[in-house]
Amino acid sequence: MNLELNGEDLAFQEEVRGFLDEAWPRQIRTSYLAPLSGPDKNRISETQVYFDALIKKQWSVPDWPLEYGGTDWTVTQKYIWDRETASAGCPVMSAFGVRMLAPVLYTWASEALKKRHLPAIREASVQWCQGYSEPGAGSDLASLQTKAVLDGDHYIVNGAKTWTSSAHNADWIFCLVRTDPDAKRPQQGISFLLIDMRSPGVEVHPIYLLGNQHTVNSVSLTDVKVPVENLVGEENKGWTYAKGLLTHERTGIAGVARSRVLLQQLRTLTQTTIQDGGSLSDNRSFVEKVDAVDIELMALEITELRTLATVAKGGAPGPESSILKLKGTEISQRISDLKVEALGYYALPYPDQLLSDNEQKIGPDDALTTLQAMLFGRASTIFGGATEIQKNIVAKAVLGL
Amino acid sequence: MDFSFTDEQDLLQESVTRFIQNDYNFEARQQNTVHAWGYSKENWSTFAKLGWLGVPFSEADGGFGGSSVDVMILMEQFGRGLVVEPFLPSVVLAGGALKIAGNPTQKEKLLAGIIDGSSQGAVAYSEPQSRFNLADVATTAVADGDNFKLSGHKAVVLNAQNADILIVSARTSGQQRDESGISLFIVDPKAAGLTRRDYPTVDSLRASELILENVLVAKSDMLGDLDAGFPLLEQVIDEATLAVAAEAVGAMEVLYKDTVEYCKSREQFGQPIGKFQVLQHRMVDMFMAHEQSKSILYMAAIRMDEGYNALAQKAISALKVQVGKSAQFVGQSAVQLHGGMGMTEELNIGHYFKRLTVLITLFGNTDFHLKRFGRL
Repeated sequence: MNLELNGEDLAFQEEVRGFLDEAWPRQIRTSYLAPLSGPDKNRISETQVYFDALIKKQWSVPDWPLEYGGTDWTVTQKYIWDRETASAGCPVMSAFGVRMLAPVLYTWASEALKKRHLPAIREASVQWCQGYSEPGAGSDLASLQTKAVLDGDHYIVNGAKTWTSSAHNADWIFCLVRTDPDAKRPQQGISFLLIDMRSPGVEVHPIYLLGNQHTVNSVSLTDVKVPVENLVGEENKGWTYAKGLLTHERTGIAGVARSRVLLQQLRTLTQTTIQDGGSLSDNRSFVEKVDAVDIELMALEITELRTLATVAKGGAPGPESSILKLKGTEISQRISDLKVEALGYYALPYPDQLLSDNEQKIGPDDALTTLQAMLFGRASTIFGGATEIQKNIVAKAVLGL
Repeated sequence: MDFSFTDEQDLLQESVTRFIQNDYNFEARQQNTVHAWGYSKENWSTFAKLGWLGVPFSEADGGFGGSSVDVMILMEQFGRGLVVEPFLPSVVLAGGALKIAGNPTQKEKLLAGIIDGSSQGAVAYSEPQSRFNLADVATTAVADGDNFKLSGHKAVVLNAQNADILIVSARTSGQQRDESGISLFIVDPKAAGLTRRDYPTVDSLRASELILENVLVAKSDMLGDLDAGFPLLEQVIDEATLAVAAEAVGAMEVLYKDTVEYCKSREQFGQPIGKFQVLQHRMVDMFMAHEQSKSILYMAAIRMDEGYNALAQKAISALKVQVGKSAQFVGQSAVQLHGGMGMTEELNIGHYFKRLTVLITLFGNTDFHLKRFGRL
């Protein structure tokens, strides 16, 4: 057993660092390492320049197979990539196209759909959102009711999706829809359908989350005509595709690299926060809380590496992989709570975001974004499979209970 | 041993409970926060008419009671209603400072306005570097003839934008973190050299940064004796800590009860999610956290009414520790169990969570009060 990177991996790490020094200059990194709030004009153009460099280098979708424009990196190399880009504060391309839809497409979709959509996702020229949850179907996703009825060469879709992240910026939505209402099990009557957001009958309504943050929406679908060629794979097999994606192991699900960055910010904040003429780092009980979460994160990092090592040898992820999301979200929430605690009274101000870009900040520079991140971070144990559901899955699938 | 209220206290509780139930639903509360001043002026005059603004003051001071238990009763219901009217900063903090430290002339001149609601107050005690240490005062007050000249930066001053009476702690002698050498001053918010930067807080209330540059304050506007402001301030803040703890207990009650109701009605997997044992246990823990907080709240209120001493101070710190831990657990759990809905601005749950986040911080967080408990 050893924890060291081999010579080849070290060389790869140098190559990544060299690339990032060019494509993502050090002088702009600092502001991106703070938690991001709202869009900013500089950021939009800086991000685009970086994405263009990624695309040119063919590194924009490293997890994809080589034949679709991905890479042939080993899992260790992917891990190095995640760690280097997170610690440099690199922007990340929207996960909906790159991580959620694309694997379904290149595994199950027709050649025509692959050809039409994969290049646009790889080049970030088309934005996707995910139409899974419904008002009555959250944890119990399989109870979804949005209907798609075949009518000649079109499906007619009616229903409502909710908690749809980025629907207000998306060009397309990939939806789970019910095509067989009489199926024996609810999971068996679901299909996977791609819908152009410009189709008549698609309406997006904002949902404001804690702290007035607009990231999610409800999407209503009224008599939306969807060409039958937009069906992914076979009718009534959508659940299998979506579920296959969820169990498909990938790097990054634990958010270790991102939590490392947040923890480093917390360490810095601990040092710069004044208490009793010294700093908060003189406060043993606070530092011990930071240390405790650091140790949890170390353990999770190794848990993730154990999973990666197994996969690298061609094996299936072991039972330890099931805890990556559970622990990862718990740890990032804990770090956020401690950052808010470190702010003391400066965790209170919540000025209008529009004004705050031009005015001097109130309290420490990233006080507001820290607070926003804490509020928004409460969603991480709810969305994408709530902690309670994840634990049910572990109890059943791993422990055999 | 008796935990029952007096007849008058029962009446007070009935009256405020009725108001919260009938006139202070969540939609009305949200509407109240939209005004530039951050609350409903109509409600404020109702509070005055019903005598609530005089509750913390003795009859000799023109008030209607003066006991900590009375304030607790009001604040617990305000917590249930998520009340935004500035009772805490104006009545408990500024009124409290005048009550504890004011001379007869100052009380005569200022308390009547606080009690009838025609004037409002704010207390500026925290500074960017002070964290929760009330003795860490870098703002200076230098004698200058019949005046003092005040200079410094006061941080996150609740309700400063509405205040007619500003009470400011400043150093008149000693080193930056000495307990002695701090004095309290009544400052005119319109005084030359005083600038204010107002902002909403995360719970939709209002606070300000205050910058004082050679602000002239008459010597007669000093509150309490020269250099002896610290123990006065500490008492005011302890009374305010009891008030916010009572508010948090009220807010926790709403959160655990609303969560139970939601879990009874929300169906997934063909049954109400409240049938799932893992959620049941979480809700039992929320219920226990609320009851334990309520117990220490009662204990601390009784201690404060018995007399302000080290025993009362220790009870206040114990209370803030218990409430801080409970409020974080209950707030986070209520959001979690409401799922996506708990994350929205539309539902009340997230707003209670945000208010609890503020209450956990105010007047010292769990870490601060755990240490103070150990020292006392």
